[in-house]
Amino acid sequence: MIDDLSISVAEGEALGIVGPNGAGKTTWFNLITGAYHQDAGKVIFGGTDITHMPRHERCRAGIGRTFQIPKPFSGMTVFENVLVGATHGRNMKERASYEHCVDILDITGLTKKANVLAGSLTLLDRKRLELSRALATDPKILLLDEIAGGLTEAEVEDLLEEIRKLRQTGVTIVWIEHIVHALLAIVDRITVIQFGRKLCEGDPHEVMNSAEVQACYMGGTPA
Amino acid sequence: MTAAKAATLENKRFTVWVANRTNLAIGIFGLLIVVALALFPTYAGTPLTRRLVDFFTLLALAQFWNLMLGYAGLISVGQQGFIGIGSYTLWLFSDIMHINPFISVIFAAIGGAIIAFPAASLVFKLKGGYLAIGTWVIAEILRLIVANIKRTGGGSGITIQAATKLGTTVRVPGSYWWALASAVIAIAVTYFLLRSRTGLALKAIRDNDLAAESNGVNLWRTKLYTYIIGGAGCAMVGAIVAIHLLRVQPAAAFSINWTGYLIFISVIGGVGTIEGPIIGTIIYFVLRETTSKYGEWYFIVLGILAIIVTVWSPAGIYGYVVRKTNFFLFPLQRKLRMLEGAKE
Repeated sequence: MIDDLSISVAEGEALGIVGPNGAGKTTWFNLITGAYHQDAGKVIFGGTDITHMPRHERCRAGIGRTFQIPKPFSGMTVFENVLVGATHGRNMKERASYEHCVDILDITGLTKKANVLAGSLTLLDRKRLELSRALATDPKILLLDEIAGGLTEAEVEDLLEEIRKLRQTGVTIVWIEHIVHALLAIVDRITVIQFGRKLCEGDPHEVMNSAEVQACYMGGTPA
Repeated sequence: MTAAKAATLENKRFTVWVANRTNLAIGIFGLLIVVALALFPTYAGTPLTRRLVDFFTLLALAQFWNLMLGYAGLISVGQQGFIGIGSYTLWLFSDIMHINPFISVIFAAIGGAIIAFPAASLVFKLKGGYLAIGTWVIAEILRLIVANIKRTGGGSGITIQAATKLGTTVRVPGSYWWALASAVIAIAVTYFLLRSRTGLALKAIRDNDLAAESNGVNLWRTKLYTYIIGGAGCAMVGAIVAIHLLRVQPAAAFSINWTGYLIFISVIGGVGTIEGPIIGTIIYFVLRETTSKYGEWYFIVLGILAIIVTVWSPAGIYGYVVRKTNFFLFPLQRKLRMLEGAKE
């Protein structure tokens, strides 16, 4: 549930979102991408009100997302998965999108698995596929939902390397993550959400060390 | 290596392919089967030819139904509405407007597409089981409307005069070829649609519709295309059946039994593949031909078989084959091959 929550992110910024389970982090992503419809409030993207825009148009407008639990198109190959984003997400012809897909697979390290059925991938590769598919749509803003969750320490390091590369392209990133050290390595700012409201926000290290955030993570009650 | 080939390699780092030599061989073999089937009426007797009309029309319907359910996730239990519309449109064009019945089939298909458009805007507001009931309600409404028109003979139906006048020697092979064509059209439309850009969207929707939309797939439009193709296709088949049977009755043309057969065929063969409905139709047809003389036992056998297959392999017989071998008669996967020695 989301209640009186207002978060803005500037172009080119990397924002981290943390908060306990059930705080409304994923729900907030679902509102931005149109997966859920809000009862009140607005979604503004690049100065345009997109509150009533259909989901696929939000994607084409430049909002890319990854899902917390990967949702691969399991009956399609990795290449085809990325191709969906590259053709439909950018509203381009199929043949004109091949080049773009090859580049994306190269960035995310999935080239060797291009012809594998997405349903048979390991968790790390599924997360990579989520990222590849979102990138293929040429997003202006990338919403990452616990993309490092469930991975081993070494796998997180691999993924961080790829996300660092993305940062250099200038794409805006909003990243929900429980693995705090991964967030701290990337983001410029952190916002903490609890019970559907904003608890605090600011410099990543200051926020994570503040007493109220510590209390909220250790199971304390809100002030 | 020739200079020209080297030049293309320099610019290309990769190729994308769908079919290989095995697929080509299967394709040629399939074409030969179609040619052999097309010549069938010239050497086989009328009874057998007539039976195959049933087979091909069912195969066409199953293929269109599979396209809607297996890819776009549209559970229609109302395709009989389009079959009925096709039958009556055929009567309208051939008996009232005096157009050759075999040409009227095309108008029937267009009629189905025209009905599908407003029907879609109604049923797409519903989801899952409610959508299924919605399609059935529309089919029933169409049946009641037609049954209450005096000009078409009301509930007792009407004979297609133009089809009777053709005579057996023209009508039987003619309807056979149309039936065969409808099956080939259904398979070809499904195949080439899935090979297209829209096909990427359809396969994505089949696997996860929310993720498809989040990746820019226009869900509503893709479903609409599919529903219109399904409507036009089923109306085309309805028209062929009308020529074949010479008579149209609302209770038969708009019968829910049509959907019953299609569900059985799809459950047995497997949805979401082109091969599934082909296998399902063959099994259904063989069972019908061998067990229908035992009266009700026929339905009991069908029911038991459907239960066994769903428990053993929920994805149907072809779903089992795919899981074990990843082999497709109709190749649809786009495969990427990186070229060695290509310049970065």
